[in-house]
Amino acid sequence: MKDNAILVVVARFLIPLMMLFGLYVQFHGEYSPGGGFQAGVLFAAGWILFVFIYGLETGLRIIPERVIYALACLGVLLYGLIGLLGSLLGGHYLDFSVLLPAPRAAQQAGIILVELGVGITVASVVMLFFLLFARRRAEAEAEGLPLVDPLDEDESRREPRP
Amino acid sequence: MLLLFLVVVGLAVVLTRDLLKATMLFAIYSLTIAGLFALLDAGDVALTEAAVGAGISTVLILAVLALTPRFETTKAGHSLPALVIVTITGAALVYASLDLPQFGDPANPVHQHVGPYYIEQTYADMGIPNMVAAVLASYRSIDTMGEAVVILTAGLGVYALLATRPRRRDKGDR
Repeated sequence: MKDNAILVVVARFLIPLMMLFGLYVQFHGEYSPGGGFQAGVLFAAGWILFVFIYGLETGLRIIPERVIYALACLGVLLYGLIGLLGSLLGGHYLDFSVLLPAPRAAQQAGIILVELGVGITVASVVMLFFLLFARRRAEAEAEGLPLVDPLDEDESRREPRP
Repeated sequence: MLLLFLVVVGLAVVLTRDLLKATMLFAIYSLTIAGLFALLDAGDVALTEAAVGAGISTVLILAVLALTPRFETTKAGHSLPALVIVTITGAALVYASLDLPQFGDPANPVHQHVGPYYIEQTYADMGIPNMVAAVLASYRSIDTMGEAVVILTAGLGVYALLATRPRRRDKGDR
């Protein structure tokens, strides 16, 4: 869709704002509505919009597939390790108050880190979903499998061609 | 008013056979629910519904639609047992809803359990104003870790199903 000037201009304007809003929702989650889950989705939505405009290959040049897989696991790992750190420092598993000398600051630090883990996992898994479905379509096209144009208005051609 | 709109959109989703149209209507449905949540001062849920329900799931359903035909294939006639079961279940749910406690009553069971503790103690314990974040990430931390694992598992499931190359059509000829 690189040829459509309006789409390109609007997307170029929107993508940074979406990513910025994602970061805001992520790290301002203790003061306003938000948190890792919503922020991850917003961040992934920015990337998906980029892929809509510039294509999957350019999108994967920004964040390679291996990195997406690694990040999805690293997010959960970060969550679990923060929990483990709590029990190593003398508290219970996922007890944040022992992370820092001041219990309140420790709780806040724990919440921020844990939400970061959730955000990373959600963002990369949503990107992964989109990546896999989009590539499936491209591969099916390349293999010459019977496909229908999803925007085809003609009901008589609604069945896949044999 | 929003609830009425919700019913209209829901009926439209059921009645249309055009899957693309149904996807768009679902996005409107989610956005309306997000508005309702915002009216009830549930900012976190509203944000989630708007981002996930109206945004990402619409995009993902569209990605699936790129692989499937746009129109639903219809079967002639309707199933009578299905109609009976749906009617009975709906009537039972409406009947059960008459027993629900008064909306917003402070004496409701839901306000008697751990809710008051969170409302009174969150700021003293954590020093942050958003109770939802505190409950999710700290008080109920293990639940949230489970959610993160569920999301990772969902990603693994989709990977396992879709990451293989589609079988070549001419494979059987060789």
